[in-house]
Amino acid sequence: MTRAAAETAGPAGRTRAAAVLRWSPLAPATVILLLFLAGPIGYCVYIAFTDTQLTGQESASFVGLANFRHAFGDAGFRNAVVLTLVFTVLSSLLGQNTLGLALAGLMRRASRPVRALTGAVVITAWVIPEIVAGFLLYSFFERRGTLNAVLEWLQLPAQNWLFTLPILAVSFANVWRGTAFSMLIYSAALSEVPQEVTESAQVDGAGGLRRLWHITLPMIRRSIGTNLMLNTLQTLSVFGLIWAMTRGGPGNRSQTLPVFMYDQAFMKSLIGYGTAVALLLLVVGALFSSVYLRLLREEV
Amino acid sequence: MAPPARPGRRVLTRSARQRLAADAGLLVAAVAFALPLTWLVLSSLNPEATLRVRLPESATLDNFSAVLTDEITFTPMLNSLLMCGGATLVTVVCAALAAYPLSRFRARFSRPYLLTVLFATCLPITAIMVPVYGLFVQVNLIDTQYGTALFLAAAQLPFAIWLMKNFMDGVPRVLEEAAWTDGASWPQTLWRVILPLMGPGFTVVTIYTFIMMWGNFFVPFMLLLSPEQLPASVSIFTFFGNYGAIAFGELAAFSILYSTPVIILYILISRRLGGGFALGGAVKG
Repeated sequence: MTRAAAETAGPAGRTRAAAVLRWSPLAPATVILLLFLAGPIGYCVYIAFTDTQLTGQESASFVGLANFRHAFGDAGFRNAVVLTLVFTVLSSLLGQNTLGLALAGLMRRASRPVRALTGAVVITAWVIPEIVAGFLLYSFFERRGTLNAVLEWLQLPAQNWLFTLPILAVSFANVWRGTAFSMLIYSAALSEVPQEVTESAQVDGAGGLRRLWHITLPMIRRSIGTNLMLNTLQTLSVFGLIWAMTRGGPGNRSQTLPVFMYDQAFMKSLIGYGTAVALLLLVVGALFSSVYLRLLREEV
Repeated sequence: MAPPARPGRRVLTRSARQRLAADAGLLVAAVAFALPLTWLVLSSLNPEATLRVRLPESATLDNFSAVLTDEITFTPMLNSLLMCGGATLVTVVCAALAAYPLSRFRARFSRPYLLTVLFATCLPITAIMVPVYGLFVQVNLIDTQYGTALFLAAAQLPFAIWLMKNFMDGVPRVLEEAAWTDGASWPQTLWRVILPLMGPGFTVVTIYTFIMMWGNFFVPFMLLLSPEQLPASVSIFTFFGNYGAIAFGELAAFSILYSTPVIILYILISRRLGGGFALGGAVKG
């Protein structure tokens, strides 16, 4: 660019035009994100404060915090909150996380064919579509299903799992489906722990559990944080798996928040109320996401 | 008491013992994880399949031929393919375009923009489906495949942008600067220089996005209503017949047909996904 040209165009205008051109590729993604993601979130906030119903009444009116007051007084909502907590703690924190770490740890010691076989099976459970996983585990836990066949074979009492302990069954289902993710993350993390450190501890006479607690876990704590956050966020939004297995039933005994939200909005036609529940779920998710971002930020 | 073994030998036996214990532990886990999958395979071959894992008396492919009809398999699979394929295309194109300036230039808003994108990757999409349904009714996008595809694209876009940007950061700038001096415009640079150089990364993002959409149940379940539009993830419910009798063998056969594409695609990218790939690696920043 010659100096004369720059002066006629004006340096400020010139650079601004260049900056706009330079950042223009960002536009399509931004438009889609605003329309289809930010839009619904904004709409969600608005609807949650109205009494909108599915039946399409003329105008929905603003009801303030009534939906939220209703929620906290609603036994069904409290039931859903408790079940969501149980589901998250059992399947994400205890199940996927611990089992994933255990599998990753064992894989470092095991022989190659066993490692490959186990990895393939566990990852297949993760890759198959959610709804197929739901059907598979329905057949597994059903009264006439495989689990009871195994229990009979072991001379143990059979149970009607989907009826007596539906929340436990869906939690196990989520462990079955989600453990591969933790396993992959922990495998990567463990492979970065230097061999010399654990070996020298071994020479000093530290037993397996003490090595795990004092050396390995502190060294992979960032991966643990990442994994817990992502697992929890994933588990909070599970719908298809539970829907295929129990539809939230029997009664509402496996009705976690997403299922409760769906039930209120579409089965009971209370869109406003269902959206208020959705907003609460979204807020919890947003809190977890912010914590997760903080965790990452320390690292960057 | 046994005489003390030579030290070298003792180390060997201990590590062998550890390996055996680890193998045993893993095999137990593998069997537990494999049981439901075994049911799937065996039932699909069994004309009289029930809810239990059992060997079919005579293995046939009857279940497969029963479900391989337009109505049961081909139409839903084609719907899935069109919807997820279209959505993947939108996601990948938008993500590649967006990742380019984010990876190459600095501006005051680029860091907040990226953090917002990362924040959005974590939001539970399930939670906004009720308002999305409401919005789609108002703007007449409900029960349309392109509307559903656009939403699927939007839902996957944050993660795709994030991944794409990280892969693009790995492409050295030198070659691109050579293209600049030769007078190439930015679309030419992106298309001719950067995308070919980040080829495997681009493939990973594309396949990963497609796998996530192919398995998605809740979005089409909410946004599509008419039976002939439904993708495989939702049409599978028709096996729970209206009369209560469930054809388990056919359900299993259909499940296998529906799952096979994503399993194959996963195997294609699994080596690159390796150790927790971007979910652990790229997300690190």
